[in-house]
Amino acid sequence: MKIAITSTGKDLNSNVDPRFGRCSYFVIYETESKTYEFIENPNKNADNGAGPASVQVVADKGVSKIVSGEFGMKIKSLLESLKIQMIVIKEPTKTIQDIINMFNK
Amino acid sequence: MRRMMNLPLIKGFKPYGQQDGLKNSDPVILLLEEYESVKLCDYEMHNHISACEIMGVSRPTFTRIYASARQKIATALAEGRQITIEGGRVTFDKDWYLCQDCKCYFSNPELDNEIEECPLCKSKNISYLGQSKLDGKNIDTDKELCVCPLCGYSIPHLQGKPCKQEICPDCKVPLKRNNLL
Repeated sequence: MKIAITSTGKDLNSNVDPRFGRCSYFVIYETESKTYEFIENPNKNADNGAGPASVQVVADKGVSKIVSGEFGMKIKSLLESLKIQMIVIKEPTKTIQDIINMFNK
Repeated sequence: MRRMMNLPLIKGFKPYGQQDGLKNSDPVILLLEEYESVKLCDYEMHNHISACEIMGVSRPTFTRIYASARQKIATALAEGRQITIEGGRVTFDKDWYLCQDCKCYFSNPELDNEIEECPLCKSKNISYLGQSKLDGKNIDTDKELCVCPLCGYSIPHLQGKPCKQEICPDCKVPLKRNNLL
């Protein structure tokens, strides 16, 4: 199963980015092989439509869950129709490593 | 029923530096839908038409909610009162859950299957954020109780007095609001 996590930086000690559409990086984590990759978000500085464009980026990777701080209005219905689960983390101090550890528990 | 995107990050605001006489004044209760209307209009800069569509209410209703929100916020500022954000008739976008252990919110992508554990920490201690939890009827203070999380001892909740200030006579632990258990 693949999970996307929004990240503020390019390593595992970075915090979860509280925004989805304009986050700095996406981490794509594969739970079976325990591998991960960082993808720079091309929509970081987009004027509008960053949310749907970012959904496109992660949906192409075939993720089934997305962890972020908040999901905008445009993409909630989109993710619902794609059957991707949204997980909202309200603690911005959590690092990517923390989240991965939680999935591995 | 008004639609909301997310719960506010905090439960309210406290004034500071007030004169002595004001310290115990009642808080202003800002309903969740009122918070949402201000957030949509003044933070996300939607106009009233698009904001009322997002919340799923009619234009006049939205204007009423928004006017009431501003009235309350202004009251709090002018009178130096605390703002508590709670209650209201809101519903979340389809099927949202809250994990009581790791405090994350998550959606249910497959509406046919009931979710039983938190996708993050695998805790079974999750609650459904459906309409029942945040239904306007719950804000009637006479129905709110301060409950002991251990033995279930309960007393009626007094508006403005935090439940945790009440102590269970048997277990000696602070009480909690019944709709938060």
